[in-house]
Formats: sequence, C-alpha cells, structure tokens
Amino acid sequence: MTDTWTVAGRTFTSRLIVGTGKYKDFEQNAAAVEASGAEIVTVAVRRVNISDPKQPMLMDFIDPKKITYLPNTAGCFTAEEAIRTLRLAREAGGWVLVKLEVLGEAKTLYPDMRETLRATEVLAGEGFQPMVYCVDDPIAAKQLEEAGAVAIMPLGAPIGSGLGIQNLVTIRLIVEGAHVPVLVDAGVGTASDAAVAMELGCDGVLMNTAIAEAKDPVMMARAMKLAVESGRLAYLSGRMAKRRYADPSSPLAGLI
Amino acid sequence: MSLDGAAGVTINGEHRRVPAGTSLAQLIAEVGLNPQRVAVERNLEIVPRSTFGQVMVEDGDAFEIVHFVGGG
Repeated sequence: MTDTWTVAGRTFTSRLIVGTGKYKDFEQNAAAVEASGAEIVTVAVRRVNISDPKQPMLMDFIDPKKITYLPNTAGCFTAEEAIRTLRLAREAGGWVLVKLEVLGEAKTLYPDMRETLRATEVLAGEGFQPMVYCVDDPIAAKQLEEAGAVAIMPLGAPIGSGLGIQNLVTIRLIVEGAHVPVLVDAGVGTASDAAVAMELGCDGVLMNTAIAEAKDPVMMARAMKLAVESGRLAYLSGRMAKRRYADPSSPLAGLI
Repeated sequence: MSLDGAAGVTINGEHRRVPAGTSLAQLIAEVGLNPQRVAVERNLEIVPRSTFGQVMVEDGDAFEIVHFVGGG
C-alpha cells in the first residue's frame, strides 16, 4: 500500500516539503532537493535584477514541471503585502496552491494571526488554495480552516532557529482537530525533529534552514527524507505504551 | 511625455526612458527577460501575460517585474 497525502485535491507521495533559500548555489540546492525526495519546494517572489537579467534563475535548476513550486509570502508583514505577492506569483507561474505567511515581527518571525486570517479569507475568495503558516493554537487552526486554508502549518519553533519541536501537545491538538493536512513548518533542526513531527501524526514537514545550513546539505536532505518516512511509519504502526518501570524482554520462565 | 517623445518609466525602482509607442512586450524584451518567467505589475495592477503585446507603456508608469527565487 502506498502511503500518500492529499492537499486541495493534489496527491503527493513525499511528506517532506523543502525550501530553496540559503543554499551556496543553485547546483547544491537542486542536489539537496533531489536527495530529499521532495515533490514540493517553497519559493519566494522577488524583483528581477534588471541590471543583470541574464544571471541564472531558480527555474534553470529546479524544473517547475517536475517539482511543484509553492510560492510563499516570506517577508510580508501585512495581509495586503501577502495578497499582492501571491497575485503576482499566480501570474508568474499559474499556481493557486500557495504558502501564506504574514509575519508579526522580525525578531521572532512569529505569525500575525489577525492579518493571516484576513489574508486567508481574501485569498480563498479569489480562488487561491492557501497552505497557512500559523501559531500552534488549535482554535486559530480551526478558524483558518473555516476561512479556507487547505493546510494548517504551525511552527514547531521560530523560523530558522533549529530548536526542534517545542510544542508537542499543541501540535497534536491541532492534528486531532483538523480536517485538512497539518504540516510542521519551521523549527526542525535535525533529523530526529522531523521524525518527532511525523510521530505526532502530522501529514508532513516543511523545512529549509535545517538542510541548507548543514555542513553537508545533500546528506542532511537524505537524512530528512529517511526521518520523515521513519516517523510516519512509526506513527502508523502505533507505538507501544509507556511504562513507569522496566519490563524484561526475555522470558522469566526457564531461568537457570 | 518629454520633448523627445520618450516615456519616463520606473522598473523595479529604477528610472528608464523608452521610445514612445513601446509595448510592454517590447519593454520586457529590451530589458532582456523571458516573459514566460516573470509577472508584471503596472501601477500596482497585475498585467496578464497574454496582454503584454497590447499594453502600451506610458510616461510615468511604474512597473514591478518579479520572478521566483529561492526561499523557505
């Protein structure tokens, strides 16, 4: 049985979404995407450098026909900026599946949920399918879903912090309450963090810095692929109950 | 419109002068960009790619030309 997940009617096999920022160069970025097995990558929308229009572009290295580009709104601090960015993204690429993030402050890059909710409503009304970066609040998650979010993406720790999943209980509450996919977006630092997110029952994990800032990003990309698969299998297999004391693994009967 | 008939426009914050009667498609080609890979906003309104050939550049226009770059 193939284990797949579906967001807004699109079905994917890989549960790992990777970013394309912070890499040394496009070659390394493309190699890391390949090693990660990711079928979706996040991309940002920025001004073309009109003084040097012939410099290499992301699309020369990561083919949007093979890998789904998920345009993001990184760097947007108001609903209007985010909506404007995604309208441009739709025109540039034709995609309606997008990643919405509206940030509240530069220091923590925590989402501004009032603006995020407002942007989600507007975007859904315009036919977008927003996957939404959000706080780990199960009520906010429900409100986003009602507003038209096609996926809920709570942070596990601040963006780029690599602190690991700091909020196991609230992430799990969101997973239990959601009717759309839940992906941990931000906070993963190493492979075990990705496995933890998947063991909580998340549908996927989104990460950038944990791979891009590893000493060997391509090897870390593979580690993340395995960790996500491993965590997913552990979740599906149903872990053993925890006990407060030891329970021997070898039979006591027949002891000499 | 200035005396020489050229239009003064802003592209991604930079001033440029283009001959009168230039279409947006010609402007994009002159800058050296592949129109299939960019999105264009003119005076804060998105210009559909299918209309690049018909949209005429006017004096005072402000264009934003964007594309996808690496991001998380």
